[in-house]
Amino acid sequence: MSGVEFVPLSLTPLLIGVFSAVACALPGNFLLLRRQALIGDAISHVVLPGIVVAFLVTGVVTAWPTMIGAALASLVAVVMIEAVRRLGRIEPGAAMGLTFTAMFAGGVLLLEQSDTSGVHLDVEHALYGNLEALIWLDAVGWESLLDPVALAGLPDELLRIALTLVAVGVFLWVCWRPLKLSTFDEAFAQTLGMRTSWIGLALVVVAAIAAVAAFDAVGSIIVIAMFICPPAAARLMTNRLEIQITWSVVFAVLSAVLGYILAGYGPLWLGLDNAVSAAGMIATVSGLILAACALWAPCRMRSGAPAQ
Amino acid sequence: MIWDALTLQLGYNATLVTIGACFLGVAAGVTGTFLYLRKRALVSDAISHATLPGVGLAFMAMVALGGDGRNLPGLLFGSAVSAGLGLLCVNWLTRRTRLAEDAAIGAVLSVFFGFGIVLLTVIQNMSAGRAAGLEGFLLGSTAGMLWNDAMVIAGGGVLTLVLVMILRRPMSHVAFDPEFAASSGVNVARIDLAIMGLAMAVTVVGLKIVGLILIVAMLIIPPVTARFWTNRTDLMVLISGTCGGIAAWVGAALSASAPSLPTGPIIVLVSFAMFAVSLFLAPNRGVLAAILRHRRFQRRVHLRQGLLALAQGQPIYEAFTLRLLKRAGLALSDGVATEAGKARAAKALRDEKRWELVRADPLFESAAALYDGLREIETVLTGDQIDEIDNRIGGPKGVMS
Repeated sequence: MSGVEFVPLSLTPLLIGVFSAVACALPGNFLLLRRQALIGDAISHVVLPGIVVAFLVTGVVTAWPTMIGAALASLVAVVMIEAVRRLGRIEPGAAMGLTFTAMFAGGVLLLEQSDTSGVHLDVEHALYGNLEALIWLDAVGWESLLDPVALAGLPDELLRIALTLVAVGVFLWVCWRPLKLSTFDEAFAQTLGMRTSWIGLALVVVAAIAAVAAFDAVGSIIVIAMFICPPAAARLMTNRLEIQITWSVVFAVLSAVLGYILAGYGPLWLGLDNAVSAAGMIATVSGLILAACALWAPCRMRSGAPAQ
Repeated sequence: MIWDALTLQLGYNATLVTIGACFLGVAAGVTGTFLYLRKRALVSDAISHATLPGVGLAFMAMVALGGDGRNLPGLLFGSAVSAGLGLLCVNWLTRRTRLAEDAAIGAVLSVFFGFGIVLLTVIQNMSAGRAAGLEGFLLGSTAGMLWNDAMVIAGGGVLTLVLVMILRRPMSHVAFDPEFAASSGVNVARIDLAIMGLAMAVTVVGLKIVGLILIVAMLIIPPVTARFWTNRTDLMVLISGTCGGIAAWVGAALSASAPSLPTGPIIVLVSFAMFAVSLFLAPNRGVLAAILRHRRFQRRVHLRQGLLALAQGQPIYEAFTLRLLKRAGLALSDGVATEAGKARAAKALRDEKRWELVRADPLFESAAALYDGLREIETVLTGDQIDEIDNRIGGPKGVMS
């Protein structure tokens, strides 16, 4: 395919998809090992009321109020889950389900009650995202990558998700040892004097930031899928954390690229006219990767030894 | 208007929807109790999201066969098949691989849902306009529901409820004590499957009313609410079913009474309000009860410490202790004991000495185990035993020079 067509139409959505997938998959590895995989699910549901409240307060749907609202909502959700669990002595799964459904219901109700006809804000958009629409209109081909005027017209989402990815990477790099220790042996980490509860909270906050930034660009369904599927598939490949994270990044990139291509061009190959949802297809591809790993990966069994 | 809705006077369809929702709420509350007690509440989340591809495929199949794509029984059948498939995937991933159940739930949920969305966009492209009804399954929509559809939902709700009632006994056995249930001849795996199957039935029937994102709330919130009020399985089933029924009834009626009040979210929020009330006000497990219990304990500790201080002639600086003693008429505001205070203080000091002997003597081991610094010794030992201890302590002794 020529750069004239590819760069303006597909390069930015593809990059945004890849960055979102990796930014979610990285913290997802630790959440998976800590049995908190569904935090991503909960966060991606409660983002909706956050966005709606941000809209009601500011009256606009622009990036920063939206992201701040979403981040506050996920913080409220984490606190509320903890509060329900402790105060009511409810098992964590039920506390989580209760919190995110109630907050999501509140968000939908607020959305229906408020006048949002003039702006682009609806539940479907929040779920599917709008990856295909993030095109780079100023580009005319590969040479635009070196053209400062055209670069200024890049979608803001690309910059935000790239920064988020860097932030997530830096967090993992800085907190690598405490994170790894407290994930695998919390008691030992505590005897070394680490504040394991703070580390856990920091991880959830980083996951929430990644989720909110990715959500802004690609919708909640990719967020949930990327938090869980690539790390889970990577978990079946190896017993070493470093290798697992490498695999999860590979799987995340693979799902994003393959999913985007299949969604954009798959229907054309099948003789249909229109593309299908890229977000949904990326999630589907990640699921297929996980299924393949669950069937054939070397460390898929519980004993941990490679299957003979 | 709201009263009309609550008493079922808003027209035939609204009435059917309200009644159907109520049956569904009861069935969901009862089924959810067993899910909750088995600690598998979030499996329902995977089930509900896994219905979406089934809805899409059923629509495409019915259109391909030349029928009306929006035929509700057909769509529900499709959703049941794919939900069952999702459930099997969760079970398979948990059993056959090293992944924990939460990861399996999340994976199935997101992948099935993503695939469902792909199918929805395919449907949108293949027949623009005709598929408009399918988005209603995400968040539920009761507006403009056909009479046939309302009947399907009401009938499904009743059927699920009947099934739950029939299977109630073995399910509560398994939920409460799986080992005992297995040893008394119940097939635990099969009953587990039945619980999941019922959760699936509730999900499928509720799709049209509540929508697949929020249907899990009907399975999770009522049992959590019920858990605050009782420690007995059968009572919990009853309370949870009632809560679910009331929430669905009030929610469906409220949403029928005014525009732009979507049914699903209203039902969930009513349910959540009942939970919040229970969290704070329930006896024993509620937050208020816990605070009161804590305050009572605090008062007893302060009073006891104050009495011991009085008996030993030490000054009391602690304001709360002093206030408690004054209120009980045991001390004056300057911290000097009244007559009653002196008597109580002497008794407290003597009890302390008695406990000291009891705890030192192996003969009283079982009584000593009950010592917590506050317990009255008369509630633990008989009069004879106390006399015996008093003999050992002996009477007051003069101070030798």
